[in-house]
This record gives sequence, structure tokens and C-alpha cells, in this order.
Amino acid sequence: MTDQTDFTQALLDPKSAVPDGLVDPQGRPAPKRFDVYRNNVAVSLTDALETAFPVIHKLLGDEFFRAMAGVYLRAHPPSSALMMYYGAAMPEFLRSFEPVAHLPYLADVARLEIAIREAYHSADSTPIASETLGALAPEDLMQARFTLAPALRIVTSEWPIHALWQFNMAGGPKPQMQAQDVMIARPEFDPVQTLLPMGAATFISALGQGETLGTAFESVTQTHPDFDLSATLGCLLGASALTSLTIGPPT
Amino acid sequence: MLDASPPFDRLPNKPGVGYKPQHFAEIMADPGPVAWLEIHAENYMGAGGRPLAQMRALAERFAISVHGVGLSIGGEGRLDPEHLARLKHLIGWLKPASFSEHLAWSTHDSHFLNDLLPLPYTAATLARVCDHIDEVQEAVGRRMLLENPSTYLAFSESDMLEVDFLSEIATRTGCGLLFDVNNVFVSATNQQTDPLSYIDAFPLDKVGEIHLGGHDEDEDDHGATLLIDSHGKPVVDPVWALYDHTIARGGAKPTLIEWDNDVPEWPVLAAEAARAEAALAQLAQ
Repeated sequence: MTDQTDFTQALLDPKSAVPDGLVDPQGRPAPKRFDVYRNNVAVSLTDALETAFPVIHKLLGDEFFRAMAGVYLRAHPPSSALMMYYGAAMPEFLRSFEPVAHLPYLADVARLEIAIREAYHSADSTPIASETLGALAPEDLMQARFTLAPALRIVTSEWPIHALWQFNMAGGPKPQMQAQDVMIARPEFDPVQTLLPMGAATFISALGQGETLGTAFESVTQTHPDFDLSATLGCLLGASALTSLTIGPPT
Repeated sequence: MLDASPPFDRLPNKPGVGYKPQHFAEIMADPGPVAWLEIHAENYMGAGGRPLAQMRALAERFAISVHGVGLSIGGEGRLDPEHLARLKHLIGWLKPASFSEHLAWSTHDSHFLNDLLPLPYTAATLARVCDHIDEVQEAVGRRMLLENPSTYLAFSESDMLEVDFLSEIATRTGCGLLFDVNNVFVSATNQQTDPLSYIDAFPLDKVGEIHLGGHDEDEDDHGATLLIDSHGKPVVDPVWALYDHTIARGGAKPTLIEWDNDVPEWPVLAAEAARAEAALAQLAQ
């Protein structure tokens, strides 16, 4: 009997023997035939990772990326049939994969690429109009609590991840060393990245946790006295990232 | 939820194609001979965004076939309840004209392997597959179609022919069958059996859909031809000939052109569909 435990192990480990009982039409062992399945698994998962991480692929080059994907897919085979989400462990994998230890920003670039994919498949939502905010009295604005769009993602980094992405995917200028925080939102169907002003990531996270605008503003100004509230609200509204607001205590 | 049930309760006996997002605008502008579309269920299990918006628009104009590739009906373990729930949700939302899956397994110990893996044909595996199909049909509340696989090797423990195995599944569970003519050709070549005998023994009255696709060619350890079901090329002439034989015997069926890798420009895909349309028209004369 050939059980699926042995079959799976042999699929994922090219060095292991082909399980007994798998034969050609004459009843002979059929290693090359088994290799078709091995190859299908490895190639399809490698292709999925290449689709998921185009910037990592470009930074490492095709040959290196595909060899690395072979290591990744054996350490982290998919845990569901939803290939659109495959690769969630890539940041931690890159942090500990010795051959890329000299490229410490890769893990954060992978986090950015995952956030973009998640945004692409997130639930649709209807944004509030900028006039809605503009019509509020200042004291009401400070008491406002917001719901953030399901597609909204914030990726903070010590590295210039936004510039790296732009340089590799959109013909942007050569990245300069600096920390960058990025907001990913989806005004319609294509995720849009915005480089956030300093402190905005903290502010938006506080809003996402249900703090009032006033409380979020006060806490961010303690670490970032120059925090630009109107620019940050402009970013959020421009990216359709706010979907509802209530005034006063949480509902 | 879609606002209203799509007006398509069955696939027409006409050509369809595997839907690829890059063809959206051309299909909406002029689908040519293409009367219906098939999607891989798993690609439409996200929460929203463009994939679901496109499907909402397409489902108003075309009958849709939902074709699952990740349920692992041939698996030794239990069906993944989360995946089954996602499938139920998708089918409830889209109300497709057809739902189909594969005689294969792809998940083991919560690892999804992203390939359609083979199983031996025995009384024990037959019982297990039938239990899984009962569970699926119960969960999604409708009859499903089960597709014959492409296989590259055989199990020495198998003691049933694949065609008898599939017939018995359909009899026991009431499911319909999806007849992939390219898979028949690939498997018959690889197993060194006669594809015409397979077609003549197949219960075509239970077939609700036909698949046609391309394959690659390789060799096994002993230099024998080994065909690989790659869905990356045109349908070859011997497969078209087997298709003609199939519809001559079983009558016109909804016929899908499957092209999943190295996806061509729309006119190339539409031309393959036109060839299926011509074969169906020939049959009607």
C-alpha cells in the first residue's frame, strides 16, 4: 500500500526514495514518472512565490530567487488552497536565511509585498467624503472616531522600502538610506502606496484601535512634535481609507 | 450576494473557456463563439476587489462554471471544513450553472501541495471518495461533476479500472462527471491503454461538461512517451479526433478550452473555441 504520508514526504524531499507500489505499465518502478508530480509541486509553488514577491525576485535575480523558493516551499508548504495568500512566512524566512544575511531590508520589502496583495483581495468599502470631515466643528472633529477601510495596511520600516519598491517596479530614483513608513490603500481595485509623513503610522494605528482623533493626535505629538495632522488626514481621505465616523464615546 | 439569481441554470452545449482576468475587456466587448466561462474556485475566495467585481459583471452575461482545484476529494484525511465552507459561500454568492472538482488529492496533514495527485483504485478508496462527494454535495446543496484525471504512473494495489471506478462513484453518489478528453489521451498514452476503449466504456450520459486542453511531451525511465497535462498549448489533433468520437457517441456537451499556463492573446483562445463550435455544429447536421 502507498499511503499519502509517504507520497507527500517523497514529493517534498527530492532526495527521498519513491514510495513502493508506484509503477509504470509493466509494473516496474517509475522514478521519472514520480518526478512529474515532484516537478509540478515545486514549479507551481515557485511560480506562486514569484508572482507574490516581484520586488524580491528582481532584487535577488531569477536563478537565486527560484533556488531560494525551493528551500522556502519545503520549509513552508501552503497551509490552504488559497494560493493568493501563499508566502506569509516569507519575511521571517528572509530574516533567517543565511545567504541573504547581507540584505537586511529584504524582510521588510516582503512585508510590503504581502500588504499589497492583502489589500488587493480585501473586502470592498465605501469611503466617507472629505466634505463630511470639513463640515465638522473643530471640537467634534477632535471627538471623532473612525473605521478604517478593510484594505488599509501600514508597513513601517527602518529601511527605504517605498523607494526600493518604486525603484524596482516603477522606474523611481535610486533609493537613499532612510526609514520609511508606507500606507497601502485601495481607492478602487488597484492598491495604492503612500509614503507617510513621520508619526502618521502611529496616528493611523491609534485611529484603527478606536481612539478619537484628538487622543491619537495628542499621543503622536509627544513623540513627533512636528506631526502634520492635515497632511495625514489628506493622505487618508485621498486614499479612500476612512469608511465611517462617529462622534463621542465608542459605540 | 448578487442582486438576483443569474439567468443561467445550466451550461449551454456550446464552447466555453477558462476565464483569465487579462481577457476581461475583450470578452465583454465580443465573446465570439464563447458562450460560457469557467473559473477556478480558489481564485475567487478573496473578500473583495477586482476578481469579485469582474465576476459580478461576467455572471450577468455568461453562464459560469465553478471548477475547484483544492478540495482534495481523493485525500485520505477528512475534507477541510474551512475550505468546504469557503466553497459553499462562493457557490451561494455566484449561483453558478455548474460546479465541478477532481478525482485527485492535493492536501495532506494540512499541507496543500497545489497539484492534482493520483490515488489507487480499490474498494477502500472508492468508499472514501464516495463519502467525500456525499459530504460536498450535502454542504453545497447541489449535484457536482467529478473530473477524470491525467495520470503519470499506476498503483500496484489498484484492482479496478479508472472508468469503472468513476462509473461506480456516479452511481453511488448521484454526482455527474466531467469528461476531460485531453486527460483521457494523456493517461492512455502514459498507461499504454486504448483511449477509444476508455471513451466507449465511459458513462457519457452522466457527463455534464467536456474539457479540452494542451499537453507537453517527455519520456519515462525506459524511453516510453510520457505526456504531461500542462494546459499551456493548443489542443492537439488526436485529442480533437477523440472529442469528435466522444460527442458522436454521447451527444453535444458544454465544451471547455482549458489554457492556464502561457495564456495566449484572446484571439488564439477564441479560435480554439471556434474549432469546438465547428465540431458541435458538424454533429448537429
